[in-house]
Amino acid sequence: MVPEPPPAGNGSSAAPGIAVEARNASKEFGQGEGAMRALDDVSVAIRKGEFFTLLGPSGCGKTTLLRLIAGFDTPTSGTILLNGRDITADPPNRRPVNTVFQSYALFPHLTVLQNIRFGLDMLGRKRAEADARAAEMLALVRLEGFAARRTAQLSGGQQQRVALARALAPAPEVLLLDEPLSALDLKLRKEMQRELKRLQRETGITFVFVTHDQEEALTMSDRIGVMRGGRILQIGGPREIYNQPANRFVADFIGETNFLAGEVEAVEGDLATIGLPCGSLTVPATGLGQGQKVTLAIRPEQVRIGEAEGLPAMITGNVYFGTDTHCHLELAGGAEIVARLQNAADDVAALDEGTSVRVSFAPGSVQVLQD
Amino acid sequence: MAERRPFSVTRLPGFTAIAIITFALLYAPIATLVAFSFNGSESIAIWGGFSWRWYAIAWQNTAVQEATVRSLVIAASAAAIAGTVATLAALGTTRTRPFRGQTLIYVLVNQPLMVPEIVTAVALLIFFSGIKLATGYAGLGYLILAHSAFCVPFAYLPIRARLEGMDLSLETAACDLYADRFQTFRHVTLPLMAPGIVAGVMLAFIISLDDVVITEFVKSAGQDTLPTYMLGQLRRAVTPEVNAISTALLALTVLLLTVFFLLTRKRD
Amino acid sequence: MRPTTEATIEAGRVRRNWLLAAPALALLLVGASGPLLIVLVYSFLEPGEYSGVIWNFTPQAWFEIFLKRDIFDGTLGVADAHLTIFWRSARLSLLTTLITILLGFPTAWFIATRPQSQRALWLFLITIPFWTNLLIRTFAIMEVIRNQGVLNTLLLRAGLITEPIQILYTDTAVLIGMTYVYLPLMVLPLYAAIDRFDFRLAEAGYDLYASRLQVLRRVVLPLVRPGLIAGSILVFVPSLGAYVTPRVLGGGKNMMIGNFIELQFGQGRNWPLGAALSMLLLLIVMAALLLYVRVSSREKPHG
Repeated sequence: MVPEPPPAGNGSSAAPGIAVEARNASKEFGQGEGAMRALDDVSVAIRKGEFFTLLGPSGCGKTTLLRLIAGFDTPTSGTILLNGRDITADPPNRRPVNTVFQSYALFPHLTVLQNIRFGLDMLGRKRAEADARAAEMLALVRLEGFAARRTAQLSGGQQQRVALARALAPAPEVLLLDEPLSALDLKLRKEMQRELKRLQRETGITFVFVTHDQEEALTMSDRIGVMRGGRILQIGGPREIYNQPANRFVADFIGETNFLAGEVEAVEGDLATIGLPCGSLTVPATGLGQGQKVTLAIRPEQVRIGEAEGLPAMITGNVYFGTDTHCHLELAGGAEIVARLQNAADDVAALDEGTSVRVSFAPGSVQVLQD
Repeated sequence: MAERRPFSVTRLPGFTAIAIITFALLYAPIATLVAFSFNGSESIAIWGGFSWRWYAIAWQNTAVQEATVRSLVIAASAAAIAGTVATLAALGTTRTRPFRGQTLIYVLVNQPLMVPEIVTAVALLIFFSGIKLATGYAGLGYLILAHSAFCVPFAYLPIRARLEGMDLSLETAACDLYADRFQTFRHVTLPLMAPGIVAGVMLAFIISLDDVVITEFVKSAGQDTLPTYMLGQLRRAVTPEVNAISTALLALTVLLLTVFFLLTRKRD
Repeated sequence: MRPTTEATIEAGRVRRNWLLAAPALALLLVGASGPLLIVLVYSFLEPGEYSGVIWNFTPQAWFEIFLKRDIFDGTLGVADAHLTIFWRSARLSLLTTLITILLGFPTAWFIATRPQSQRALWLFLITIPFWTNLLIRTFAIMEVIRNQGVLNTLLLRAGLITEPIQILYTDTAVLIGMTYVYLPLMVLPLYAAIDRFDFRLAEAGYDLYASRLQVLRRVVLPLVRPGLIAGSILVFVPSLGAYVTPRVLGGGKNMMIGNFIELQFGQGRNWPLGAALSMLLLLIVMAALLLYVRVSSREKPHG
């Protein structure tokens, strides 16, 4: 299925089960003084058949990494491996990797069918074989009746499906998706998210998906790589990334988080006591030293409001969100935190402004960040 | 009676009237010219009924026939040459990272638009008269060369506009789908830029067909094109024959422009 | 090692670009730009007896543009005849620019305020004269203003005049002709500028108690100024170098610079003077274009 069979491994030993890998990949744009380092010594190994998401704000280098894998750009240093083979010097048309472009990049002078057949034609597939494959792809993306249409006559969602079918038709080893859903409205985006998941399961192809939308990343991915400033900060499954963020940026970028600055007062085995302006808190943590400055990260849904135990606080305001209410609190010492309270069917879970309460956190929900 | 028109931001008093008058002024002389080309009478001022006689006279005039053929040969050659070099130049100057000398290329290619025609005409007169003296060649080559040169920017600009409006990711996509550089050009770039090339070649053709000044200075004896023939006629007695030739040329221009208009019209 | 490959790829790309541009550049160097240098050289030579030049370097031709030597006593004096021609060229070109603005601005405004579906058609109506042979358009004007032309005939019939007004072969004829011929060059850039104009700004002006005239003067004009300047340059430059229109409508007497240049290569038999005049014209045009580039690049940050 690939344009040319991969030659036997050239000495680089890749772990089995790794589809595509970047080793110490860096990319600089421009030269000398004005040089911009878009990718800074990134190493990542993406497993066969997984749905891997590169997540980060714009300018974090996620698209650059994708373009290095696709072959549209050459890394300034480092290597790209596909199935353990060094493909760094291969042009994109020699790589069994296809891309779904952010703009879809459908050829306006060709019909839907011709677009889907394009890669197969370039690979020199027989006419009948290419037609059969294209028909199969049309069925896969549920656009059976649209073969003869011009791409300009399609809606955004339909264009998206054609772009997917076109990229999948040559059966690439890896499918790269560059923010493919960003142009769609919310409802269509949700639909396409499920659709993409289904396609990935049905085809078994490795997907590398780029997005800046954390919710999209959490709902679709097997693993996520969070990027910032040309580096990968953390790689892990959605739960791991959400529940055990490696640092303050990850905690802040994914979901909402309360941060409390504190200092380690005592360490006893797996437990550490952290001193805060409003009192102290004992949490499970390792690798801390007495006197160390740390940041505590707590998700708003893990904040409990009670009267008996916990840190003293005062309610400063409530914001109603339909499913839940965000309760803003001021802790003694001035720190502000947000608690997310589920609204019951018949009642709004809010307390009056100015009420003095006590705040506690669900067991295991406090993350200690050392940075 | 004094009904006030509803307020409109886009309305300025008197502007519509001036615009309508301007359009009328723009078309009235052309309309007169066309009308009198069908005038049956000998006079150029008095209407003598509809007639094709001036077209017939022009058609049978061997000088007009030769000038027409010469005009068409020069325009076709110039359009083909200018179209070819402009296509290549457009490919070399668009969708690329800025490079040293890019502005120089741009200035040189558009130079004929900036230098007054009379100056270029004089320059070519001096240059070509030197070559004529040295080589003895006095054929149509000089005119074709001169026309090709000043047609380059007219061919270049629409092609460049077309290329710049083209989504760069289309070629990237082709490359991603296993097309090599030649295949990408053949199957994606060329079909997409084709309307720009056709438009450019047509503009070059019109521009070449219309030229008076440079042709007047460069042509050797007996190399009149249609416009220089007409200019020569204007010096003598004006006959409606010139109206007939003008109308025919006008019709050709409008036809080509309509095709151009339809070609470059944005397909949503 | 890899940075080198990247640099090599980039160098290859630049070489490819130059190779692609090369045929066009060669054609233009031979057929347009190169010969201009020869004109520059010729402007510093002595005129030959019948035509052509004698290869003696002298700035004489450049002095001759403004000065003349008296044929009797050999003293230098101002070349009045030349100055008259320059003055006529400048005056007619400026007037042409002014009149095309007065007619062109409302026209461009009119087109830009039509419904989107009609605009292309109105623009097309402007472009037809623009692409129509200049000679044909000049000829059409001649038909109208001749003594036995449509205009005089109509006025005579209406009894407004008793004998034809002599318009043809006057400066007025040249002015009418140039205005007619170059009007589309004013309308097109003005249309482009007005089309980009955000009419909500005009609404804001009216909301803040501005009258129509004030909105036009204080809001619209400053914002469409780049288009106005572009149009003025596009009209002024070819007007100054006009050849066909003054020749046909001015009738030999009312020469402009273009015709004066031609004269030096014909009956005048003074190629160096013609070359010097050409270079002077080129310099003025380049100065105007440079000024335009300056102004338009300064205005860009404002949108």
